[in-house]
Amino acid sequence: MGKSNRYSEFIRENKFLLLCAIFVQFLAIEIVLLVLLMPEALAPFIEIIEGFGLPVDFFIGILVGLWVLSVFYILKFYHIFAEFFRNNGVVMGSILFFLVSFWIIFLILLPQVSMLDYSLHPNPLNLDAGERADEYTLKNYKYLIFGPEGASDAFNKVDLKVFVRTIIAAMAVTIMNLILCYPLAYFLAQSKGGGFVRLLVILLIVPYWINEILRAFALRIIFAPSENGLINGIMMKMGLIDQAYDFINADIALYAGLGYAYILLMLFPMYNVIESLDRNQIEAARDMGASWTRIHRRVVIPHAKPGIASGMTMVFMLSAGALAAPQVLGGTSSLWFTQLVYQWFNGTLNWQAGAAYAIVLLVASIVIVLFFMKIFKVNMGDIGK
Amino acid sequence: MSSGVDVNLENIWIKFGDFVAVREANVNIKGGDFFSFLGPSGCGKTTILRAVSGFLNPSEGRVLIGGKDMAGLGPNKRPTALIFQNLALFPLMKIWENITFSMEVAGASAVERRKRADELLDMIALPGQGDKFPSELSGGQKQRVAIARALCAEPDVLLLDEPLSALDLKLRQHMRTELREIQQRVGITFIYITHDQGEALTMSDSVAVMRAGVIDQIGDGHAVYDTPATPFVASFVGENNVFRGKVSAINGDEATITSNRSGELLSKITPTAVGKMKVGDDAMMFVRPEMLQMGEGDAKSTISAKVLNEEFEGNTYSIYLEGEGGKQIKMAMPNLGNDPHKAKGDMVSFNYNANNAVVMPAGDLASE
Repeated sequence: MGKSNRYSEFIRENKFLLLCAIFVQFLAIEIVLLVLLMPEALAPFIEIIEGFGLPVDFFIGILVGLWVLSVFYILKFYHIFAEFFRNNGVVMGSILFFLVSFWIIFLILLPQVSMLDYSLHPNPLNLDAGERADEYTLKNYKYLIFGPEGASDAFNKVDLKVFVRTIIAAMAVTIMNLILCYPLAYFLAQSKGGGFVRLLVILLIVPYWINEILRAFALRIIFAPSENGLINGIMMKMGLIDQAYDFINADIALYAGLGYAYILLMLFPMYNVIESLDRNQIEAARDMGASWTRIHRRVVIPHAKPGIASGMTMVFMLSAGALAAPQVLGGTSSLWFTQLVYQWFNGTLNWQAGAAYAIVLLVASIVIVLFFMKIFKVNMGDIGK
Repeated sequence: MSSGVDVNLENIWIKFGDFVAVREANVNIKGGDFFSFLGPSGCGKTTILRAVSGFLNPSEGRVLIGGKDMAGLGPNKRPTALIFQNLALFPLMKIWENITFSMEVAGASAVERRKRADELLDMIALPGQGDKFPSELSGGQKQRVAIARALCAEPDVLLLDEPLSALDLKLRQHMRTELREIQQRVGITFIYITHDQGEALTMSDSVAVMRAGVIDQIGDGHAVYDTPATPFVASFVGENNVFRGKVSAINGDEATITSNRSGELLSKITPTAVGKMKVGDDAMMFVRPEMLQMGEGDAKSTISAKVLNEEFEGNTYSIYLEGEGGKQIKMAMPNLGNDPHKAKGDMVSFNYNANNAVVMPAGDLASE
């Protein structure tokens, strides 16, 4: 029985509790480190605990109890850990455990939790009468849906419209990128010319060595709505148009910028999966009389599905959450939802409302991605490949 | 099932840039035959198969299937079906969908396809496995599914590109028999590519032996094994002992060579070289290990040598001998229950029947 069998057994049996126990162990270590190194960082947590109306001692008691329980639970699975440490060495094993838990706790969980916490508080700069800054409230979420109290509309039409438009536009950008990238990925992956293809891939990557905002400005110059703009200039010189066309206000520049910003994230996952497709399968299908559309529909696309899903997820998530391109390339009349978030944080200094808006966008994006994954029968595990 | 049709390759040349992959191939395959191309890797046999299936066009010459010129017809338009070396089953389709893919392409309904798949699954002795995926089958089962998939299109010619090479020895031997049986049952022309002489000899009606783009010999198994046309064929197909020398006498279809290290040796001239050799020519004589026997024989077919080593291989003993001047000779004796048991270093004499040895003009041997 090799180690891989043990690990797969570990995963198969879905020892969720065990993972929780390990998590508690490292949470404990990190809390102790935090108390020793920077006790002032604990203040907000203590505040939260007190916000529940519980004494801090009681909470510590619960933590210690959990810790003891988790120690016993972990000892039950001694052999798995023994094996992990035997394979990696005690020092390396400990470092791995520590790094992974640090990553999960400090880089994933705590930022999200603190955002969530912010979003559930009122903004201390403009409290309603009788409201306390440390109390929990849903008013920030209510504001997104219903608007300010006493407004003439029943719903916050402006913000909701921006929200829906952002989601739909991000979907459109995703689909546009898919249509552009699939043939390109297929060509790159299945063509035999090694050197030429590598050169093409490098040419695709080079523009991404430049900062995203600078790239957005470069597109702004290309699409500028005057004879100084590259496209307008050329078209006017050639006599195709008399008046400069306003690419910016027509949102063409915005969609081009968003599509361009994340096109590689669509291309590379697809390129990778299509490259792993056995060329003989294409030839076999062709030998049996299949047309090119059928070969793609029945052989290539089913094989490439995880890559397509992975690329679409990334492009959708990132373009829904993009700020640079909308800020630089967006027309005056079209707001992106992230610009609203930005306004809350930077314009009105209302971090609480900004956090609420950001969380709504995040949750909506995740739900949409999961929904489409369900429809197209893609597993979460495939995307990570 | 359609009956077999002839396949004719007329003066085929296939070039990739400056590289000539196939040179002047002329092959006439009779309808319903099991025809093999045998050769080492890189000899151009797969290239020929791709030209027959339509995946590439010969630079010169014509491919005729059933008398019809195939020029300009793609693989999907030819009455051929190809079985790939790695089988190329579609991993994301069920077995029955795999088998009937050609019917799906033709627009057959799912009910029809399912029915046909079940018939074919019965034929390949995998009844009821239609709903599995290829990954759930064993190597031999996948092999049979690939055959069924190719036969489903009812091709006139089935092309097989080393389909047994991935299987283990036992299964390979079993599949040889099975392939031959299937071929006889469906009666269509099989063109088989292999580097394994055992496969070629056991299954084929005819074998073409290829070397570096050139077809050296076409004939049935006996012709290729017993009367090889060139030194390459003699050394590539099966094992052989080669004796180099000069022709010292010719008598009809028999010749004597003065070998470099083993004296005067008498043998038949291989049929294709009869009348083309003359005294003084460089020649090569071949005697198979199993054609050698211990003891003195005729003066011109007796060689003496020192025993180097003896290997027991179950059904045979291989005895490695060192003749005059370090000449390596291998001898094979059937295991008849009595160990020949020659001590290392013993000097022995052995002989062969001149009818079982062939001589031909010197040429390139197959590299080891």
